[in-house]
Amino acid sequence: MHMADALLSPTVGGAIWAVSAGGIAWCSARLRREQDDRQAPLMGVLGAFLFAAQMINFTIPGTGSSGHLTGGLLLAILLGPTAAFLTVASVLMVQALFFADGGLLALGCNIFNLALIPALVVFQLFYRRFIGSAPGRFRQWAVTVTASVIAMQLGAFAVVLETVASGVSSLPFSRFLHLMQPIHLAIGLVEGAVTVAVVSFVRKARPELLQQAIGAPAVAYRSRASICAFFLAVAVITAGGLSWFASEQPDGLEWSVAKVAGPAEPEGAQQGVHGLLAALQEKSAWLRDYSFDSSRSAVDPPRSSAAAGEAGASGTALSGLVGTMLTLFLVLSAGWLLKKGSRATVAPEA
Amino acid sequence: MASINQALLDLKRLDQLAAGGTVLHRLDPRAKVLATLVFIVSVVSFGRYELSALIPFLFFPAFLIALGQLPAGYLVAKAALVCPLAVAVGMFNPFFDRSVLMQLGPLDITGGWISFASIVLRTALTVGAALTLTALTGFPAICRALERLGMPRAFAMQLLFLYRYLFVLSEEVGRASRARELRSFGRNGDGLKSYASLLGHLLLRTWQRAERMHMAMLARGFSGVLPGREGSRFGAPEFAFLFFWSALCVTLRLNNAPQLLGALVTGQLP
Repeated sequence: MHMADALLSPTVGGAIWAVSAGGIAWCSARLRREQDDRQAPLMGVLGAFLFAAQMINFTIPGTGSSGHLTGGLLLAILLGPTAAFLTVASVLMVQALFFADGGLLALGCNIFNLALIPALVVFQLFYRRFIGSAPGRFRQWAVTVTASVIAMQLGAFAVVLETVASGVSSLPFSRFLHLMQPIHLAIGLVEGAVTVAVVSFVRKARPELLQQAIGAPAVAYRSRASICAFFLAVAVITAGGLSWFASEQPDGLEWSVAKVAGPAEPEGAQQGVHGLLAALQEKSAWLRDYSFDSSRSAVDPPRSSAAAGEAGASGTALSGLVGTMLTLFLVLSAGWLLKKGSRATVAPEA
Repeated sequence: MASINQALLDLKRLDQLAAGGTVLHRLDPRAKVLATLVFIVSVVSFGRYELSALIPFLFFPAFLIALGQLPAGYLVAKAALVCPLAVAVGMFNPFFDRSVLMQLGPLDITGGWISFASIVLRTALTVGAALTLTALTGFPAICRALERLGMPRAFAMQLLFLYRYLFVLSEEVGRASRARELRSFGRNGDGLKSYASLLGHLLLRTWQRAERMHMAMLARGFSGVLPGREGSRFGAPEFAFLFFWSALCVTLRLNNAPQLLGALVTGQLP
């Protein structure tokens, strides 16, 4: 899931670098304030551990494929979110410099997708709230696996948004989304299973390690309603704003294509693979016009293309918005149901 | 597992290249880091159908590899192997972007193919620049350069600690992983169960190592900062290096050099 320099525009890469750098500065400052000098060697060695552990594979039963650990959530559980964020970010930096995984501009995106989202967002707002102080077996499984699925889905969604907003790839938003999210659902489930297995191993062997992280003073929580409102606002802004932005992207393309190719319908737009995929999408998409169609508006005469582009843009923004709200609703209701369910199951134990 | 040890060897080889003694190795790391950043931003700021204007940018990694006496074949092979996402995503461009941009005789070249080629070329350039930077400078020097350029100290220390234990732990994990592989027969024994307990054991061992390290550091009077070499000076050669490459990147970004050259050769100056 590493993002790559080649797919990024400087604006998007720079903006996300700014967010990641802000995260690094904030976490470093917090770590300095805590002044726990045991933390420094521990983080360094665990970073090296994570780097090496990512190279071990295991076979996923029944599929023949293999998986490995990504580790953001695992480190957050063991070290707490601040230290985990810095540790995963440092591992990503080593990978960017030694293995050129992604690249230096994309490093900002990778830190955002693979470190900031799991360690700072999902761990803080989901895992910590729902895991409780002495989780039972089922609760631990459910919360950890859900958390890692959410983290992976958000990370994959961020990759899609970053790519589409950059406009280097011409993969349409919805199709890229359809490609990425299911794959990362599977990856998230595997990641969750590994995380749970390692955490329960540590819990059996040295339970005091986990007590440290969970028992660490939590960041003061705002009320649940305000957190939900915050998430809703972020989701709405991202969906509305960015899909508008994404559908504005082909403008440059329209010009260049109109200049080079003239007002002729590109041959074969409705045939071959394109036609097949279009037909497939016709069948599968119940929210039509989620994607922008560059080939259609590109060949419109100049006078109507502005209007068509605008209509397309608002349509995209609307369907992006609706889709996000639906997803968010599904995730929230699943979390709520899960919480109810796990509370009912765990109650006798506690 | 062969791949872990292979990756480790690869890592060590790249790391050892930084021990070279050429003029470029001796430059202050900050100049190299900044020049690489200017280069990468210039490369990615091109429009998506740009191909010819990107070619002259190959000069930067080529020059550094040649003057820094780096093994070109090794770095090129390394750069060719990476970025599966970029190529995987770029591969879809020819399917979705079928507007004809160029005609070579009977052959229609669509925008998708051009942008795909552009993505591949960008990947090669950015990845090549990053690898060259590492090979010329070395990881600790890059960290210290970034720290002097304003990176928070806690993060710099984290990077230096990580680097120190990278090799030790990778070797340990490689040994453990090979041991598991030798003991598993066919598909038996390489599933999640043994994987989780392997990782768990390695994790606990790592944790104990960290506790020992902490005690050893305290015994030696650790003050919270890793001592490093005295910082080098950002002098005239560094300024010249940075200025030259920035000016070249900006010039090449603003002018399509191959097109100008072509116009000059064919005598069709606009």
